[in-house]
Amino acid sequence: MDRRRRALSPGQRAARAATVAIPVAFLAVFFAWPLVAILERSLVTDGTLDVPWDVLTAESTREIAWFTLWQATVSTILTLLAGLPLAWALSRFSFPGRSLVEALVLVPFVLPTVVVATAFVALLPDGMEHSVWAILLAHVFFNVAVVVRIVGAYWAALDRRLWDAAVTLGAGPGQRQLRLTLPLLAPALASAASIAFLFCFTSFGVILVLGGIRYATLETEIYNQAARLFDLRTAAALALIQLAAVAAVVIVSGVLERRLGGGRRRGGRAPHPVRGERLVVGAVVGVSLLLLALPPAALVVRSLQVSGGYGLRHFASLFDTTPALLVTPWHAVVNSLLFATAATAIALGVGVPAALAIARGSRGLDVTLMLPLGASAAMLGFGFLLAFGDPPLDIRSSLVIVPLAQALVATPFVVRSLVPALRARDPRLPEAAAVLGATPAQVRREIELPLVARPLAVAAGLAFAVALGEFGATVFVFRADWPTVPVAIVRFLGRPGEDNVGTAMALCVVLMALVTVVALVSQRALGRGAR
Amino acid sequence: MTRPATVCCKVGVAVVTAVGAVALAAGCGGGGEAPKEVVLVTHDSFAISKDVKAAFERESGLTLRILQGGDANEMLNRALLTAGDPQGDAIFGIDDSVLSRAVDGDLLDAYRSPELAAVQPDFSSPDRHVTPIDHGEVCLNVDRAWFASHRIPPPKTLADLVEARYRNLLVVENPATSSPGLAFLLATIATYGDRWEAYWRALRANGVLAVDGWEEAYTQQFSGAAGSPGKRPIVVSYASSPAAEVIFASKPTTTAPTAAVEDGCYRQVEYAGVLRGARNEEGAKELIDFLLSRRFQADVPGSMFVYPVREGVALPEAFVKYALVPQDPLALPAAEIDANRDRWLAAWTDVVVR
Repeated sequence: MDRRRRALSPGQRAARAATVAIPVAFLAVFFAWPLVAILERSLVTDGTLDVPWDVLTAESTREIAWFTLWQATVSTILTLLAGLPLAWALSRFSFPGRSLVEALVLVPFVLPTVVVATAFVALLPDGMEHSVWAILLAHVFFNVAVVVRIVGAYWAALDRRLWDAAVTLGAGPGQRQLRLTLPLLAPALASAASIAFLFCFTSFGVILVLGGIRYATLETEIYNQAARLFDLRTAAALALIQLAAVAAVVIVSGVLERRLGGGRRRGGRAPHPVRGERLVVGAVVGVSLLLLALPPAALVVRSLQVSGGYGLRHFASLFDTTPALLVTPWHAVVNSLLFATAATAIALGVGVPAALAIARGSRGLDVTLMLPLGASAAMLGFGFLLAFGDPPLDIRSSLVIVPLAQALVATPFVVRSLVPALRARDPRLPEAAAVLGATPAQVRREIELPLVARPLAVAAGLAFAVALGEFGATVFVFRADWPTVPVAIVRFLGRPGEDNVGTAMALCVVLMALVTVVALVSQRALGRGAR
Repeated sequence: MTRPATVCCKVGVAVVTAVGAVALAAGCGGGGEAPKEVVLVTHDSFAISKDVKAAFERESGLTLRILQGGDANEMLNRALLTAGDPQGDAIFGIDDSVLSRAVDGDLLDAYRSPELAAVQPDFSSPDRHVTPIDHGEVCLNVDRAWFASHRIPPPKTLADLVEARYRNLLVVENPATSSPGLAFLLATIATYGDRWEAYWRALRANGVLAVDGWEEAYTQQFSGAAGSPGKRPIVVSYASSPAAEVIFASKPTTTAPTAAVEDGCYRQVEYAGVLRGARNEEGAKELIDFLLSRRFQADVPGSMFVYPVREGVALPEAFVKYALVPQDPLALPAAEIDANRDRWLAAWTDVVVR
């Protein structure tokens, strides 16, 4: 690295500076500023800082923090256990329908948590529907996509000959997994685990619905204190605890990711499973799909229910005007696609330079970029109201605020998907190509792009899915003439009458179909070079 | 190695610049001559028919922009956060349970609409800062088919609910997180006074289920809503819900599957006001007058499933047939609610949850 750094031209140096400056500027304006604005309003009175020690040390605070921590830890472990077999099957073998399965895994991720939680209430046996078990199960369901996608993309690119060599050297299957696979995968595991943990740690909709009225996490309690009780001081104290915890997790996982090294990447075509493997791969994919498909299937069934029988009535009514919305539900679908596209563009525009900078060693940036995942959405939403009410950034009531907020949450996914792949690039490959006479453009096109193409496709797909999902919808006011699908779903669910519930379920099905198609397309378009 | 970075950065710069430009463009719309739009801040349940909205825009020459989100309480808290530098010009959806906080929070400018003269005497404005627009009634709803097939008469009063034959049949919403849940708690307090905690203890002993919000209570746990997997035939909902079951039935029907129980209904009046510091104060006043106009008042039942406050506005046919207008609904003074709400909620949680 050092050898080459000396050879940088001024233009290249500027480009490197920009990879840091762009994400830093984005975070400073759209994350730090609103957060400081709301913290100042909450904790500063007449110019003096009022440190909420009483809240920080209260017994109830300790109870909530402890529940938040342990449920997130258990949820993460369960998610890894549930996701790894599927990641293995999808990344080590090729079989018919593989990319469809990869796309379907993303579906849970985009469903509004309120809707999934409702599906769980319907599926779980009486007495279990409002319990810790329900919460853990829902968390696994939501976050399996993170493990499958991030670990899977990394796994697929590991050099297969290592396992062949291990077999030759006499290592048994158990030994191969423990001493070879796990250490090689470690950086991706740390990456996926940290995102899953953050999601469970800051879980909101799942806790509200499945926790019944008994369980609270820091995030639900911050929302409760800020949005419902308007006790900003307590909310700010809890938000600071949550932010500190998240920062700690991010720093630890960043250290792990770097320390753990991981395997050199080579790519190569995945083989079709041979006889014995076929059974295992089939079983893993089958069982995983069945479990993942149950809650969405419950939604599909309910979307087709028409007074005792079945029919497409609720889908037809997506094109009708309704008292619940100023526009037809179909408009909401179009709006969601537009917002998600804009948000993905912003997330890639911020996240790709950031990932390059982080892969080169900008550790501070790594931690900072993950923080929006851990900031309380309720407090950030309040911060937006305070910070963006005046020119030149009078955008709190405008449409641009929606993709901006979505991008804030989507960017960490772009970064987490790209960094392990960028770190594991073999620097000798482009050098060898250059020695062999390739132009820089050729090196980029033929060597570097194909190597990052698959993680880039994963990043774009995740970012789009995150943006399509509910993020931002619960926190910000929306313009009645520009509802998104999650907003429309909540509106329909909030009204009595079979047709309203049916339309909400039909919109959920449309949302699931959209994300499947988008994931398939992004894999085809960008992933081709990786094979 | 640096080349991809250059490309990425160009994309990044372009995106950031574009976002900035859009933001600036959005921000520069405000200043200058007379405002061309009026912004209404409201809650999630607000709805207006397209043609009624168009009529206001045509007559006033203003574009009506609607910003909505959260329930009445969350909407009010957002407005309190931005008091003096409001997100819009007028606010709609303040109900009695938050009225005192809205008035004390120095959130609103006083306004007396000339249309108030046409409002039914029951709904005279309690404060010069707010204008009554509609009223909803939170009532018990029962699943008629369930009670018919089990040969049990449906409950008629709040007192019935603690009887053994109604064991495990009732689902209610958490009053701390749900507006109908709070209204039902207030109904029990208005009925039982100091003995309301004993009443809830008896309800708990009789197997009441409390869930987070109306959505789960009505569409998941209540057996009477069409298509619901629920098993409980009594739920806290609205007087108008049976009419909605008929209007939004997926097969045309002439009988409502549910019925509202008249005893124990709690009245929620919704108010509108002019936000202090509004960019378009005149437009806000014009809008409030419009919300009281015959045209909007007639639209209120069909779009929001609540009742108009204006005198002599006919209800839609389905409302006359299937919905209930309680003759003597319960209500508590706003000041009393405000002074006791936190204590009541804590006590409720102790009795029902712990």
